[in-house]
Amino acid sequence: MDFLLEGILAITPQQLVMYAVGAVLIWLAVKKEYEPALLLPMGFGAILVNLPLSGVIDQMMAGIGETHGIIQWLFETTIEASEALPILLFIGIGAMIDFGPLLSQPIMFLFGAAAQFGIFFAICVATLMGYDLKDAASIGIIGAADGPTSILVSQIMHSNYVGAIAVAAYSYMALVPIIQPFAIKLVTTKKERRIHMTYSPKAVSKTTKIAFPIIVTIIVGLISPASVALVGFLMFGNLIRECGVLQSLSNTAQNELANLITLLLGITISFSMRADAFVRMDTLIIMGIGLIAFIFDSIGGVLFAKFMNLFLKEKINPMIGAAGISAFPMSSRVVQKLASEEEKGNIILMHAVGANVSGQIASVIAGGLVIKLVSQYL
Amino acid sequence: MWNNFLISLEIMGKGMAGIFVVVLIITAVVMLLGKLK
Repeated sequence: MDFLLEGILAITPQQLVMYAVGAVLIWLAVKKEYEPALLLPMGFGAILVNLPLSGVIDQMMAGIGETHGIIQWLFETTIEASEALPILLFIGIGAMIDFGPLLSQPIMFLFGAAAQFGIFFAICVATLMGYDLKDAASIGIIGAADGPTSILVSQIMHSNYVGAIAVAAYSYMALVPIIQPFAIKLVTTKKERRIHMTYSPKAVSKTTKIAFPIIVTIIVGLISPASVALVGFLMFGNLIRECGVLQSLSNTAQNELANLITLLLGITISFSMRADAFVRMDTLIIMGIGLIAFIFDSIGGVLFAKFMNLFLKEKINPMIGAAGISAFPMSSRVVQKLASEEEKGNIILMHAVGANVSGQIASVIAGGLVIKLVSQYL
Repeated sequence: MWNNFLISLEIMGKGMAGIFVVVLIITAVVMLLGKLK
């Protein structure tokens, strides 16, 4: 009857750690509702791939030879070989985004750019910690505050830390309501946080809404070709939404497509959470640098807003700058909540939403630029 | 390590400049589209 105990006796201490990590992710998803659509499949997947001789990953079996596992196949096919899952998810994301608040106040685009600072700051920190450029870039991209972009860039860079990067990216996105207030308060005064902003949006024509995704794709594609897969699919989804004649496809992209990919993405990425690849000091360091990236994204955005205020007659509430990260709509909600806490009735939500959707475009542009720039030095 | 750090500083400069250039062009085009209407 020894064969019944084979699995139990083969459990390693590292695998036990991964069961605990899986349990924590599931707990965060269920109890705290932190990005449950991603953290729950990742948590369950972390347990699944770390069962001894797990049938969901390829194994060598005595007398039979190699057997193939479904999660390894999914990972190798849809992430490693083609990056299909994260890229296809962008169609759904694009179909969900209304760029109206941004198009009606185009100045908000600038905050999306400024709030990518954390990515590059984190890349510098990672190189100082001894990581080579491709790993440093993959770790830094956690600051894009955009899970699919983080997975895609780290995969293209052939990073050894895809699992840790995905966990950090999604965990910190879920922790935006805790991280951002801390970062914002670090670099703003109470008086600055109380600044009121008048909201007088310009009307946005349907033609503009339709032309916007096409124009953005062409501009970004010409300047940063490596971003085309990301921006192109994001904008394709948005074009389906805005064209007005593909309502059914738009609904499918927003719901069925996005849900299906999200369902598979979490459990597929768990392949990179195998104990031998995950339980090491590097994972903790990557989580730490990822946190720095998120904090400096917010700080970069806020400081840029303060810089703009030096030249503006009508001052901007610098917290708007922090909403320039890609975590939508959480970041704009956090900024509005902070504004309300400082002064009841101070409504800056629509400005924050404008900056926030700008961050979604800027983060994929940043992803493409990181790939392009880093590859020049490899 | 120092060499990589210096390269990463260069990437930071070029990357942030690149994002701002792209975003400024998009902003200008969007403003132009608004005016054309």
